[in-house]
Amino acid sequence: MPPVAGDEPQDSPPTRRRAFSIGFGVLAVPVIGVAAYQSIRAAAGGTNVRANLTLVAPAAAGGGWDAFQREMQQTMRSNSLVGNVQVVNIPGAGGTIALGSVGQLNEPNTLMVGGTGQIAAQIQFSTESVITDVTPIARVVEEYAVVTVPAESPHQDLESLLEAWRSDPPAMPWTGGGSFDQLVMTDLALAAGIAPQETTYISSDGGGEAIQALLNGTAQATAGGFADMLPQIEAGRLRGLGVVAPERLDGVDIPTLTELGYDVTLTNWRALFAPPVVTAEEIGELEVLITEAVAAPEWKDAVKRYYWKEVPLVGEELTQYVADETERIAGLFAEING
Amino acid sequence: MEQLDLLMQGFAGALTPMNILWVIVGCLLGTAVGVLPGLGSSMAVALLLPMTFALDPTAAFILFAGVYFGGLFGDSTMAILLNTPGQASAIASTFEGHRMANDGRAPQALATAAIGAFIGGMVASVLVVFLSPTLVALSSSFGPPEFFALALFAFVATSSVVSDNVLKGLAALVLGIGITLVGTDGVSGLTRFTLGSPQLFDGISLVTVTVGVLALGEVLYVVSRVKREREDLETRVAGRPFLSRKEFAEAAPAWGRGTLIGLPFGVIPAGGAEVPTFLAYEAERRLDRRRRVPKFGKGAIRGLAAPEAAGNATTGMAMGALLALGLPVSATAAIMLAAFKQYGLQPGPLLFDRSPELVWALLASFFLAMVVLLIINLPFAQLWAKLLLIPKPQLYAGITLFCGLGIYATSGAAFDLVLLLVIGVLGFVMRRYDYPVAPLMIGMVLGPLAESSLRDALLSSVGDPRVLFSSPITLVIYALLAVVIALSVRNSVRKRTRRDL
Repeated sequence: MPPVAGDEPQDSPPTRRRAFSIGFGVLAVPVIGVAAYQSIRAAAGGTNVRANLTLVAPAAAGGGWDAFQREMQQTMRSNSLVGNVQVVNIPGAGGTIALGSVGQLNEPNTLMVGGTGQIAAQIQFSTESVITDVTPIARVVEEYAVVTVPAESPHQDLESLLEAWRSDPPAMPWTGGGSFDQLVMTDLALAAGIAPQETTYISSDGGGEAIQALLNGTAQATAGGFADMLPQIEAGRLRGLGVVAPERLDGVDIPTLTELGYDVTLTNWRALFAPPVVTAEEIGELEVLITEAVAAPEWKDAVKRYYWKEVPLVGEELTQYVADETERIAGLFAEING
Repeated sequence: MEQLDLLMQGFAGALTPMNILWVIVGCLLGTAVGVLPGLGSSMAVALLLPMTFALDPTAAFILFAGVYFGGLFGDSTMAILLNTPGQASAIASTFEGHRMANDGRAPQALATAAIGAFIGGMVASVLVVFLSPTLVALSSSFGPPEFFALALFAFVATSSVVSDNVLKGLAALVLGIGITLVGTDGVSGLTRFTLGSPQLFDGISLVTVTVGVLALGEVLYVVSRVKREREDLETRVAGRPFLSRKEFAEAAPAWGRGTLIGLPFGVIPAGGAEVPTFLAYEAERRLDRRRRVPKFGKGAIRGLAAPEAAGNATTGMAMGALLALGLPVSATAAIMLAAFKQYGLQPGPLLFDRSPELVWALLASFFLAMVVLLIINLPFAQLWAKLLLIPKPQLYAGITLFCGLGIYATSGAAFDLVLLLVIGVLGFVMRRYDYPVAPLMIGMVLGPLAESSLRDALLSSVGDPRVLFSSPITLVIYALLAVVIALSVRNSVRKRTRRDL
């Protein structure tokens, strides 16, 4: 099959037409490049949050924070809540790089999603940028972990799992897709009377790898994110023993840890934060904007799809909540490190 | 032949004029992003995700398939022409492919790559169609001990890349492994060699190093010699537009072998397509040395054909694994998973039962994407090759710009640009003093795999080293390893090893 351009002589100098066609081919490249660049280049003009808003995901594309912001963007777009809304990924150091960047912005029209993971990272790495560098605007949703074992595990219920764990803690490797999962495991160990330093935790890169570690026998249990685990539980490859949530989830026949007598209530919450320069008036505007967004059907749909639970909280109470959580997570890390 | 029926129904769903348009748009877009150094298919898919909100599921996934595979085709185009691979999986294609381009065989090299990628992807798609359910069982038998054995095997199997000058090769390898040590240790959570800089907590990404060492290093090297070497534009694009029958016959077995090497790796639920491309390259190189007239080092067509086929075979299979397992094991897969969820679908064992029409339409669109990519890439091979007609100053300035753009676009951090520059200088120094860069890249790919899998395996067994030999798969890999070592010992004893280049 001769290619289209094959009839042209090979060694002739480039004609105008040829040069043009090269130019055309080369043009396709910068177009994409510029598009990418533009999406990175944060909102440059207009402080009015309704005109121009940048949603910062403090992680690379493809994670939970990224998903949250892209759903938020979609909701705001389809309801015309904001003139121009874009998502910018600022990955790195467990989300604390983004903390640093957003903490230094001089414009109020940026909302970064954040939560447990960033607090965990700031404590773990003792980073300079901390969650108090940014202004909490509204807590939006939280996700729950579920204590899960492989389907062929001998442990049919939580009590049996904890019994085995207690009798020889290092011999029962746990896994998890992120620091939150490890914190839940630590909290459970404490509640079950197991010294956290004695536990074995194999860190996986994301929920997918954690599931894989359970299936191939590397780990025996996990406290993984509900949205990752549920499909595998439904497919019969994993078994859920207890949900780490304040109350039972709709349509899910797995008891909560509180029900089972273990006071583990750590949840993976997601809140939106603004740069510290926001004025009280702008905070009010952002709160209204978020309230409108989360009331939209698109957002309700996303909440359902990701198995989130809506937990609105704003103002003084939210600031206090973030402070309490920071203290609580610091306490758990102190336990992990003995 | 139930699958065949279902696949035909899939084609029926995918072959509407509108969907064909989407696949073409996806392929063009993917190719365009792929040719940018540092911008891989995951970025392209992420940028496209919002578009899917406006499309029906079938059209959206067809678009994704086009972008996904288009990115792979685009990566190798730049790897071959300008020695600037966009992603790590195109590194192995630069070794012989760029030499072919320098020899004035750029169009043939591009055609070889396109056909190789087509064959690998096609075979993988066929296997995915028939084997998806079986993949589930296979993938869960691969744990840390198996990965460690695999990493060891790959280290030894690719050892000949360091053998031209053992000392310099090993230095480069150690440097590569050393770079991967920077960052937070996944097992203990402690930071290593970060100098307290938060920007380094996540380590130095393979993409930055790939673009820095291979692309920017190349630019600096060319610049340093621009006065010394007279450029001869005409010979750089001489040669026929397409493969001759002889070239085709020569590349054919390599395409086949590359595909065979790549396929199993797609089933393994973690790790990218880098390892199989290196292994395929290495296998061809070893075979080449036994020939009467070794061609490696002078632009061997087989050295390009095999890794291209392997890379795409792995990627195609990996997509099947995503569907069958529902595991987001790469960034691209994670975003596609999000897109599935957007439509209320959950990839995984149940997907084939719950929404078969979509799965089969997606699989059918893999085939479509492959065909479309082959059609747009073969004629474009001529066009792309003409990039080389751009005078060097402008061409290399353009590459430098795109290197920076690609790296900046993924993270949006100026720090990464500084890092890119430092690594580019390192790449230049290595070239200037004849240190091979391949071992550095291999060290970066395999080092972390070996380290984390060894530590995870030992953690899981509470320190009992027997876990490393506990499964049949590990034993098979170690047996293969023993054979490879025995063969190379025999070869060196007989002094039959002939140096290429």
